[in-house]
Amino acid sequence: MINKDLIIIGGGPSGLCAAKTAAEAGIDVMVIERSNQLGGQLIKQTHKFFGSKSQYAKTRGYDIAGILIKDLESKSNLEIMKNATVVGLYPDLVVTVLFEGNYIKYQAKSIIVATGASEKFLAFENNDLPGIYGAGAVQTLMNLYGVLPGQEIIMVGSGNIGLIVSYQLLQAGVNVKAIVEAAPTIGGYKVHASKIRRLGVPILTKTTVQRAIGTTQIEAVELVSLDEKWKPIAGTESIFKIDALCISVGLSPMHQLLSMINATTKFIPELGGFVPVVDHHHETSVKGIFVCGDAVGIEEASSAMMEGYLTGLYIAEHLGKSHPEQESLKKLYETQLSMLRDGPFGVKTKIGLEKMREGMKHA
Amino acid sequence: MLNQTGIPTKDQVNSRFPGKIALIRPKAILECYEDIPCNPCSTSCPFDAIMIGDNINVQPKLITDKCTGCGLCVPSCPGLAIVIAQIKEDKAVFKIPYEFLPMPIVGEQWHGVNRSGEVICDASIDHVLLSKKQDHTAVVTVSVPEQYLYDFVTIRVKR
Repeated sequence: MINKDLIIIGGGPSGLCAAKTAAEAGIDVMVIERSNQLGGQLIKQTHKFFGSKSQYAKTRGYDIAGILIKDLESKSNLEIMKNATVVGLYPDLVVTVLFEGNYIKYQAKSIIVATGASEKFLAFENNDLPGIYGAGAVQTLMNLYGVLPGQEIIMVGSGNIGLIVSYQLLQAGVNVKAIVEAAPTIGGYKVHASKIRRLGVPILTKTTVQRAIGTTQIEAVELVSLDEKWKPIAGTESIFKIDALCISVGLSPMHQLLSMINATTKFIPELGGFVPVVDHHHETSVKGIFVCGDAVGIEEASSAMMEGYLTGLYIAEHLGKSHPEQESLKKLYETQLSMLRDGPFGVKTKIGLEKMREGMKHA
Repeated sequence: MLNQTGIPTKDQVNSRFPGKIALIRPKAILECYEDIPCNPCSTSCPFDAIMIGDNINVQPKLITDKCTGCGLCVPSCPGLAIVIAQIKEDKAVFKIPYEFLPMPIVGEQWHGVNRSGEVICDASIDHVLLSKKQDHTAVVTVSVPEQYLYDFVTIRVKR
């Protein structure tokens, strides 16, 4: 058994930010990352980010990943383990890691679960045909490996991810035939929607996918209009010839590791589904185990970063240490986080957090 | 309409344009119609002409007199929602953000496109600026007939 002060599971935006503040507070930190590179989803984000200076606004996502990774360099009390998967989490703060074919056990004094989220999928006829992708896969193919997912594509979902990935597809020369949205209004930022609309891509609200058509791969898709009760309206079906369909209908927090230790979870639709219940310091019902980022509720990466910095500082307090700028940084990031949630797009998160804290004693 | 199609209404667009007399000089048109947490337009302006304030969830306001039309805000907006507009003789001259290949070349004629993505006129490429600071968002100066002042928004290559 190897001993560590703090183990962070996940090297995405929130995990990296937590590693920074915790390491600066003099804590021995180990970040465990499943893939071969740090940065999580940031490394595929080619657009400039919103927010303010504290969230690296107007910097492209992959460059933000670069900044966060650089911030961790030359920290002697920080260890990074890539290509390593956490396969076990135990309530006595033990973590089992699968690395190069071996199971390695670590005993920590505290743990941050920063596992992020997974994509939701959509049920329709033939949804398993080759050529039907999640938006994350399309970004990986296109932005990491330079491979086009198809030539003619329809995007399902008009949240920020659906809109941004549509724009990236257009930049790559793919014909985006339409963006389909089941809700009556566009989900993401209207500036993203306008940016795509002026490139000639129609956004079809109150519309969904009825079925995919094809034998060995997708060849066409049948769309249908929805009524006020989200029921398909007969006679409104239309068929579009495509060779790829991209699904971007939301994310679910990755809470599974926390279920292994019986951490209290709650189903909160506003936060994306089942989420661990955490107190104001992001600690779960299991003492010493903390969560930050999308794993505790779906938001923008900007919020995930602020939560990460904060959780690193909360851990410092938990372990009886202190960051040289403990109080001022805490105030800065707490103010920034509440500001990011202050507009209309933060309402869902705020309702979700209220639901989470209902009936909590130590909240 | 905007929240169903992505196309702002005429009223929304007009509300962001200063009067035609002010447009003798170039001015920023801030097409941000939604309260999103964002402020790079304001912080990028060296003349304090774009107001957002401490709560970054409000839409930017242009102080027309202070705006010099320098265009620094154009590549700073993550939503690509800012253009610079000016009336010069019988032309409407714009500085627009552009992130596609091929890049336009000075002297070329491109399609002028409206907010619905329809081709509405010819657009002459007057200047293309792409410095390192712009981080891959080119700022293209383009002129179209003045009558398209409120309709033109971007360019498309002629095939």
